[in-house]
Amino acid sequence: MTVVDEIVKKKKGYTLHFVKTDQYKTNTIVWKMKAPLENETVTLRALLPNVLQNSSKKYPTTTSLQSYLEELYGANFFVDVGKKGEYHIMSFSIELANEKFLKEKTPLLRTGLDFLASILFAPNAENGRFHESSVTSEKRILKQRLQSLFDDKMRYASQRLIEEMCENEPYALHPYGRLDDVDSISSESLYQYYERALREDELDLYVVGDVDFEEVEGACDQLFLLSDRQPKLVKKRSIPSRSEVKVVKEQQYVKQGKLNIGYRTHVSFGDPDYFALQVFNGIFGGFSHSKLFLNVREKESLAYYASSRLESHKGLMMVMSGIESKNYEKAVAIIHEQLEAMKNGDFSEKEIEQTKAVIHNQLLETIDTQRGLIEMLYHNVLAKKNVTVEDWLQGIVEASDSEIVKVAEKIEMDTIYFLSGQEGLN
Amino acid sequence: MEKIQFDQLQEELYYEKMSNGLDVYVLPKQGFHKTYATFTTKYGSVDNEFVPLGKDQFTHVPDGIAHFLEHKLFEKEDGDVFQQFSKQGASANAFTTFTRTTYLFSSTSNVQQNLETLINFVQDPYFTEKTVEKEKGIIGQEITMYEDNPDWRVYFGLIENMYHHHPVRIDIAGTIQSIDKITKDLLYECYYTFYHPSNMLLFVVGPVNPEEIMNQVRENQSKKNYQNQPEIRRHFEKEPEDVKEKLRVLPMDVKTPKCYVGIKGAKTDIKGIEMLRYELSINVLLEMLFGKSSQNYFDLYEKGLIDDSFFFDFTQEEGFGFAMIGSDTMNPDEFAKRIQSVLLDAKTGAYLTEDALERTKKKKIGAFLRSLNSPEFIANQFTRYAFHEMNLFDVVPTLEQLTFDDIKKVAAELIAPNRLTTFQVTPK
Repeated sequence: MTVVDEIVKKKKGYTLHFVKTDQYKTNTIVWKMKAPLENETVTLRALLPNVLQNSSKKYPTTTSLQSYLEELYGANFFVDVGKKGEYHIMSFSIELANEKFLKEKTPLLRTGLDFLASILFAPNAENGRFHESSVTSEKRILKQRLQSLFDDKMRYASQRLIEEMCENEPYALHPYGRLDDVDSISSESLYQYYERALREDELDLYVVGDVDFEEVEGACDQLFLLSDRQPKLVKKRSIPSRSEVKVVKEQQYVKQGKLNIGYRTHVSFGDPDYFALQVFNGIFGGFSHSKLFLNVREKESLAYYASSRLESHKGLMMVMSGIESKNYEKAVAIIHEQLEAMKNGDFSEKEIEQTKAVIHNQLLETIDTQRGLIEMLYHNVLAKKNVTVEDWLQGIVEASDSEIVKVAEKIEMDTIYFLSGQEGLN
Repeated sequence: MEKIQFDQLQEELYYEKMSNGLDVYVLPKQGFHKTYATFTTKYGSVDNEFVPLGKDQFTHVPDGIAHFLEHKLFEKEDGDVFQQFSKQGASANAFTTFTRTTYLFSSTSNVQQNLETLINFVQDPYFTEKTVEKEKGIIGQEITMYEDNPDWRVYFGLIENMYHHHPVRIDIAGTIQSIDKITKDLLYECYYTFYHPSNMLLFVVGPVNPEEIMNQVRENQSKKNYQNQPEIRRHFEKEPEDVKEKLRVLPMDVKTPKCYVGIKGAKTDIKGIEMLRYELSINVLLEMLFGKSSQNYFDLYEKGLIDDSFFFDFTQEEGFGFAMIGSDTMNPDEFAKRIQSVLLDAKTGAYLTEDALERTKKKKIGAFLRSLNSPEFIANQFTRYAFHEMNLFDVVPTLEQLTFDDIKKVAAELIAPNRLTTFQVTPK
């Protein structure tokens, strides 16, 4: 039995992805635009989705646009920018009630696709520039969003680690862009970039819900008229190992120290040993039965959280923990010991079984939400692979002890970042 | 076993009260991979003064003990229950709110075993002095983590502004000083008072057979020797109607100030359909006043007073309630002033139109349908509703019935100058 039946159809200028399911009370549409993560475009791409979301030719104010969405039984329309590996992705999502659960039986999905097309192709713009005051407002909001990254110290520490670790790589860029670039963007330069993105980006449209493919395809063929393109691909580069671990310490008015450690895994999504890496991460720090949780938290009571996660398209692993500043040396030593244990094959059959069972569960749970399913399928677009959910489940089952150890041996500690409270400041 | 059908939503709910008083609900969801189960006691951070089981005097327990108990219930003589759940391919968790403590798992296989583990670990406490001491370090770090989080500080700061006495003003996790007073004996005392099946509710949602689940729970409970328990006696000091503080400001290491405006609730002794109608009316009111299609939202946005962190929310439980409107803002004083003036104008009907009401009702109905995609939402919200004698599946019909007069009435009742308060976090 196939777990997920995805129809993928190449269209002129974009790819249509469709999954039919009656599991949900809503239908979901996601439009993704992907380009390499670059200095020159990062802030433009962070701003563009918000300007497009703000208003459109047909609904020239936020108020009229939002009123229209409310009329559609509170259609949930939101935009987002993120990075996956060294790609910068703009997403436009619409979730609409399935009318079969409503008293009024207006077909909402077609309306949603019409709306999305009007947002993307008929923006609030004239004479080669976006509507001035929408751009001004959204620039202000982007600046505030960038500034507030400093305020959530757990997120701040994660970002600082990436900046320090990937100093001269595009990956150091935050997907929200650079504060210093915002002012220089004009409604005209943003419009020029908008046209370029529609011309050059790799485009994918996902539709998940209880509708017919023919109906969706028919609507898309009328609405999404684009030109062919050759999407730009980022070449994987090999980063030379550091001769010694980079250590960065910073102080602020915080009560708890935030310890973040970055590693290079040298393994990415789609590589033959990627599944072994996932199992490795599960035994090491991904879950509440993992070595980090047991040793940093349960055994030593040093922390409330101590975990690791993978950046699958860049080949990184990040460890994070919140500790008392005076326990820095001890925590680093314990984390280091756990990685050494992994490299020495010091993990039990029980730990492997638990981890595989929990990853299996996690994968199936992810596809129980429309957005989770779409994100999972999008990995294949990013990595130019064709890994099905079945392959993934099977790959986890088959990862052997020796593969896990081999993958552990590849992992190199790169950078330690520590944000601590300042003596006398608190 | 009773079957309750909801035709419009195409859902079926199964219910049985076990002979020891435990309420069990099952909502089959075919097509989903995962089963999500919650086991909840009507016991949270506000229950700090009560008559312990078997005694006749009120006692006052240390702040944060309900949350501490939640942590400690996972530890057993032979180790940690997380280990067991992992082995069975489940992910387990728990959380403590003002009025409830919930233990849960989700899993896509071994559901029967996981359900057995869930019920048994919650019904089999094992506390020792040693493990209690060890937990103090971990929870201490949880507390400091929240202390560094400006969103949490402004949220709790605002509640502290509102309440003079009610324990909702106490942080759910307590303080490093208060948790230090917790002992294994105190944990047992709380446990036996509040974890009796008649004070609890089990909810299972997923691709399950309701009959099998009910049989399993019935059999499991019949093996345990629960005695009937008298009704729990809780004590809350009388709370004045007005807020304790009108304004407080907390400097933190942030770049963007945060400002929340709160309205202390007025009608907190209702339950059942009356409460559902009241709470939905206030949610609709706030949406009409501050939702993205409102003139007020547009003005705040145009004037640069809000960004995408802007939110509004209403919370009500037995004995307390509050609405909050907040945002990151470069001008917190101006933000607070405008929000308060919108509220006071709305008290006499300003900004409220029939058109906006109809639109808002549609929006809320759509949002509710979207929520029903989530087993987590269904189990957690159903439980909360049931504890207040409301039914989650009455939301759509109740929304449809709301009238313009209902909205004007709650605006007039809820909003009053002496119940408004402001809390700000500002850069150091």
